[in-house]
Amino acid sequence: MEILAAIEGNIATVGYGLATLGPGIGLGILIGKTVEGMARQPEIAGQLRTTMILGIAFVEVLGLLGLIAGILFGGMG
Amino acid sequence: MLAAVLAAGDGEGFHAPGIEEFYPGALLFEGTIFEINRIMLVRFVMVALLALFFILALRRAKLVPRGLQNVAEYFLDFVRLHIAEEILGKGAARRFLPILTTFFFMITALNLAGVIPLLNIAGTSLIGTPLVLAIVAWIVFNYAGIKAQGFGPYMKSNLLPSGVPLYMAPIIVPVEFVSTFILRPFALTVRLLANMMAGHLILVLFFSATNFMFVEAGSALLAPVGVLTLGAGFAFTLFEILVAVLQAYIFTLLAAVYIDLASHAEH
Repeated sequence: MEILAAIEGNIATVGYGLATLGPGIGLGILIGKTVEGMARQPEIAGQLRTTMILGIAFVEVLGLLGLIAGILFGGMG
Repeated sequence: MLAAVLAAGDGEGFHAPGIEEFYPGALLFEGTIFEINRIMLVRFVMVALLALFFILALRRAKLVPRGLQNVAEYFLDFVRLHIAEEILGKGAARRFLPILTTFFFMITALNLAGVIPLLNIAGTSLIGTPLVLAIVAWIVFNYAGIKAQGFGPYMKSNLLPSGVPLYMAPIIVPVEFVSTFILRPFALTVRLLANMMAGHLILVLFFSATNFMFVEAGSALLAPVGVLTLGAGFAFTLFEILVAVLQAYIFTLLAAVYIDLASHAEH
């Protein structure tokens, strides 16, 4: 079979881009819902903010694992 | 660092910064385990600056604070009120306040080195410091749990929460063990390390690109793009200041949450 087009390189180069998709959606839902909660009940805004930042920490680490994996598997080279 | 980038850029074309940014040559004691490189030196400088800051601010502490004492008290109060007391409650907060305050200020200081001119790299952007801090946090929350509940009940409440049927134990126990005792310190380490590493790489990329566009490319077409990268570099420097403080806050907050989770049996 004749090869019509080919791309050379390492898939890890785009790996981090892919790895940010899930956490990006997660952060959007998380922060959006918190804002919604704050608008409904401004008196517990401080408590919501603390919980939101905790949640962000857990979601964000998934994206950062993508960064580490990209470096480990040679995306930087 | 900029000199290294310039040297790397002597050849033709633009060289993007890579992982070698984080392995600078040794300055002192080369080849021994006490080898001191640029990043180690940055850590020493920041620790000295932090100590100097507190000595200057609180040397003659007055009841009505002025100047630097205000700044120091604001941040000390922030850790006490918004991290320790909010998560742990007043009683436990008193016991764990020293370690939480140490986490917050040490991480803030080492992170901020990433945006201070001439230092230009965060002390936490190599795995050593985040790993040590995470291990300390791991020891502290396990200590808190074992002290509050005793070793047996502490392990049981972590590994097999009450209400879980016994036939689920072969699945639950390994999962809970990995998530509590391995993934927690690992996630603490990676979160801090990767944030600071990524921040440093972004800043180096923008500023070395600016240098390339203005100086090395020698093209009137590329110079306007250089203005863009310079502006982006400046914006990201401000963003890095936010990230530096935010990561210190998150690390301390999570350490407090883990201590709180460990010291109460789950019902």
